[in-house]
Amino acid sequence: MANDVLVFIEVRGGQIKRPSLEALSEGSRTAKALGGKLIALAIGAGFSGQMGSIAAPGLEKILAADDEKVALYQPEIYAALLADAVRKTGCGIVFLSATAMGKDLGPRAAAKLEAGLAADCTHLDVEAGKLKAKRPVYSGKAIATVVFEGSPIFVSLRPNVFRMEEVPAGSAPVEKLEIPGDPAALRARTVSLEASEGAELDVSEASIVVSGGRAMKGPENFALIRDLAKALGGAMGASRAAVDAGWIDHQYQVGQTGKVVSPNLYVAIGISGAIQHLAGMSSSKVIVAINKDPEAPIFKLADYGIVGDLYEILPRLSEEVRKLKGQS
Amino acid sequence: MKIGVCIKQVPDTETKVKVAADGRSLDAAGVTFVISPYDEYALEEALRIKEKQTGEVVVFSVGDERTGTSLRTALAMGADRAVHLKDAAFEGSDAVGLSRILAAALKPEAFDLILMGKQAVGTDRGQIGPRVAELLGLPHVSVVTHLEVGEGSFRAHREIEGAHEIVEGATPALVTAQKGLNEPRYASLKGILAAKKKEMKVLGAADLGIDPATVGHAGARTRWEKLELPPARTAGKMLKDMEPAAAAHELVRLLREEAKVI
Repeated sequence: MANDVLVFIEVRGGQIKRPSLEALSEGSRTAKALGGKLIALAIGAGFSGQMGSIAAPGLEKILAADDEKVALYQPEIYAALLADAVRKTGCGIVFLSATAMGKDLGPRAAAKLEAGLAADCTHLDVEAGKLKAKRPVYSGKAIATVVFEGSPIFVSLRPNVFRMEEVPAGSAPVEKLEIPGDPAALRARTVSLEASEGAELDVSEASIVVSGGRAMKGPENFALIRDLAKALGGAMGASRAAVDAGWIDHQYQVGQTGKVVSPNLYVAIGISGAIQHLAGMSSSKVIVAINKDPEAPIFKLADYGIVGDLYEILPRLSEEVRKLKGQS
Repeated sequence: MKIGVCIKQVPDTETKVKVAADGRSLDAAGVTFVISPYDEYALEEALRIKEKQTGEVVVFSVGDERTGTSLRTALAMGADRAVHLKDAAFEGSDAVGLSRILAAALKPEAFDLILMGKQAVGTDRGQIGPRVAELLGLPHVSVVTHLEVGEGSFRAHREIEGAHEIVEGATPALVTAQKGLNEPRYASLKGILAAKKKEMKVLGAADLGIDPATVGHAGARTRWEKLELPPARTAGKMLKDMEPAAAAHELVRLLREEAKVI
């Protein structure tokens, strides 16, 4: 029981989110290492047709609340469903992805069960039959190894970090859950979801991020950043300097008071590399820096650097990427 | 409107992290401690609501002696009184313990609104808001970039990936602040002088009716076994003194053929 793993599957706008499937893959590995069962819990609306994508070796069953009443994220109802599922299945370990929803839901449900939670973990280990989690702290300037007391325990996993197993469509039995309570009667209720201005891919979800900094000089030049991000199929980001100057909205900020990201490729353009920015992106797999100052601190950790004028390089870079993608 | 604000004292964001001799905590020598930036947005929002609607802003913090300086700063910014939650039994508290301490202190005050940052920079857990709300039986909204508070009701924008959720509800409620909510003020000289005369209460486990076994090291459900620095990155290939077109071409080739990321 204490070794059984429950994985929360996030649904947004009727779509099962990929980070949840990464968490399911890791949940499967953990359950196997501990000799426990694996169960999934999915909450949302309109995802019944995609149930086959909730698949992982050893998955025993899927608890599903597919209901228009929970089409939008309602923390109180979701937390009640999750805590109930933990109680009824007796699972000792709960995995969520560290998305906006997972970061909000995890602690609320954990509090109902007086359970400990390790947030935004980047590595899990099973040692002597016990789970240990590594998580970046001080925005990635250090890594803490977290050990747990008691049961159940909650773990949220950083998106884009854990390997997702490609498995054939699953056929685990589905058990339907009733929605406790009426969302209309909630004391606080999510009433709508509005795409942010531009409605672009978010830095925290993208596997490629292209960020612009102080050298962008003004809001209009972020068109160059957006263009390269688009060519690469990635998201646009920004440094704090660019955000604080008012050139671009805070939602794009990467760094200690912005978003901490771990994409496959991070391209830092006209960003010198203040410690707060480096903290937010230094766990990226590959880092590219473009800066006209060869002494910029960002070059000390970049895998590839171009010393030069970004206004000359960026348009050519976007063109090269388009050429490459067109040919392949 | 009666508003409670929870703040945490954290290392300044410019801190270069060093691991202490015990191998599992931050070496605090030479570190400057400040109010966690997200908590400043929470405090600023509370002060603005009070200025518009009248009322009281009470600021809370769990921590040792040094935490008193951050509570004084909050008073200097304009909070009316402060409550310092200080007890040897609180040391080593994880999110479970911290939320128990804060909930015990907040409960008897019956606030209309409780505000705090979406997370403390440092531990970066982001758990205290939803946990305290659950313990107090209140609804919560986290990561809020816009907040309107009316007579017994509120409307909030909550930031999510590439979008925002609009949440409506009734007070009392708990809200956690995200950057973008406002621009926090600095403490004025007048504020600093006024802060000296404001009430700062110190409460311990016994005052709050907390069993010491449920907080601190004793009550912790998670513990840092080790703190280490991330593997150092080293500089890679530099493309210098190249024509822009040639540099762009070479970079794309390297990303494709060598790094295999595009």
